[in-house]
Amino acid sequence: MTHYLLAVHGPAERGEFGGYSSREEMEEAFAATGAFNDRLRADGYWVFAGGLAPASTATVVDGLGEAPVLTDGPYLEAKEALGGFWVIDAPDLDVALKLAAEGSKACGGKVEVRPFEGLA
Amino acid sequence: MRGGTAAVERVFREEYGRLIASLVRRFGDIDIAEEAAGEALVAALEKWPESGAPPNPGGWLTTTAVRRAIDRIRREKQRDAKHRAAIMYDHDMPREPTGLVEDDRLRLMFICCHPALAPEARIALTLRLLGGLTVPEIAQAFLVPETTMAQRITRAKRKIASARVPYRVPEAADLPLRLSGVLAVLFLIFNEGYLATGDSEPVRAELTGEAIRLTRILRQLLPGEPEVAGLLGLFVLTEARRAARVRSGQLVPLREQDRASWNRALIAEGHDLVRECLPINRPGRYQILAAISAVHTDAPSAPDTDWSQVVALYDQLTVIDPSPIVALNRAVAVAELDGPEVALALIDRLPLEGYHAWHAARADLLRRLGRTAEARQAYDAAIAATRNTAERAYLGRKRGELG
Repeated sequence: MTHYLLAVHGPAERGEFGGYSSREEMEEAFAATGAFNDRLRADGYWVFAGGLAPASTATVVDGLGEAPVLTDGPYLEAKEALGGFWVIDAPDLDVALKLAAEGSKACGGKVEVRPFEGLA
Repeated sequence: MRGGTAAVERVFREEYGRLIASLVRRFGDIDIAEEAAGEALVAALEKWPESGAPPNPGGWLTTTAVRRAIDRIRREKQRDAKHRAAIMYDHDMPREPTGLVEDDRLRLMFICCHPALAPEARIALTLRLLGGLTVPEIAQAFLVPETTMAQRITRAKRKIASARVPYRVPEAADLPLRLSGVLAVLFLIFNEGYLATGDSEPVRAELTGEAIRLTRILRQLLPGEPEVAGLLGLFVLTEARRAARVRSGQLVPLREQDRASWNRALIAEGHDLVRECLPINRPGRYQILAAISAVHTDAPSAPDTDWSQVVALYDQLTVIDPSPIVALNRAVAVAELDGPEVALALIDRLPLEGYHAWHAARADLLRRLGRTAEARQAYDAAIAATRNTAERAYLGRKRGELG
């Protein structure tokens, strides 16, 4: 089994409905994502998942010098940012890609699938 | 062994796909498989020219390669604990014995043509691992520097290993889509050979030949898939005309080809394949293209071609693939049936200004309509849009004949 990160990218600036165009659309996506999460748990793929607060709430910490240097905002300034993610445990890439397609449909965003090289 | 080194290399090339595929199954790692195969070749080059080739050269190569790979893994186990962990991990991985077909090469084809890999990487990996072409040969065929091609292949192999692309034939539900990905790779390899995009050799027989060889293997492995038969039919019917397609450095269009120099054996094989597909009644892109080729190769001369049948087949193809390229090819056939004016009206609507064949087709129709100035412009645009030397030479001649 391999761990995969399923990262959901979306607009860095979210509007009133968290990047969705209407309240209904947002609620639908939340419900579908909840159902998808349940399926991941039931089928044994679930490791961890979560939605992130907007990129503007991020702080970059550079601890390489004597005193840490703090910078407001995300590490990469871009129109798109990581909005949330799943970590799953799957037997191979084909399974991970299938789950990613389901997750993408559920949450309404594109999903980047990336294998973990190792786990601590 | 007669022929010495060259004969050994020929056998090696023939056996390469099978050898790599069985080593990948055994060791779960493409790099280990390639290194072991390389060592088996060195051993064969030392041994065979003196003592003669063994009765079963493929078996000999596999046994030798497996032995070398195990030696190597043992050595590395002692030397490198981290590497050992990686290898043990790979060996823990359950080998998938199931799937529709058991052949290792088929599994390897589905790895090489995996949709998660970049299209150019799929082509390169297929030629490298299944075709046994060397990296310099593949780089030369696609006109990219050797280092670029080597990086492309290395990156793809790394992704296969670390993202864990599974070594198995897709399940029945996924097979049609995944198979069409494999066929698309073979089609691209053939096309690059049939009408090379670069400005060196206009036709690359080594690529068309390799695509045919790999498709023949695929057909043995999946005999019931009509699209595989269709693709093979299309390839052999196209290959049958290769000798007639270029004359003194110029491309010769179908209607001007010397039909006596077509390869009759390949045409017969292609017609058999097309006939075999019909009763299965699962038409697809490659079967239809093969059927169109069959109509052309059935006609004793260009005017004798059953153009209404060609147009009807393009109509079928349009239903599956309503792309402007299909519409362009259909219009070229319409010109023979309803005249150049009707065809030109169809072609002018298509958004293909960057495509040399669109300009070439327009040029030909404008020439036939006597619209010389426009034809000249269209020939110029077609020449500017292609680097293929034989096609440029042909278009240049036609432009010159406008007077």
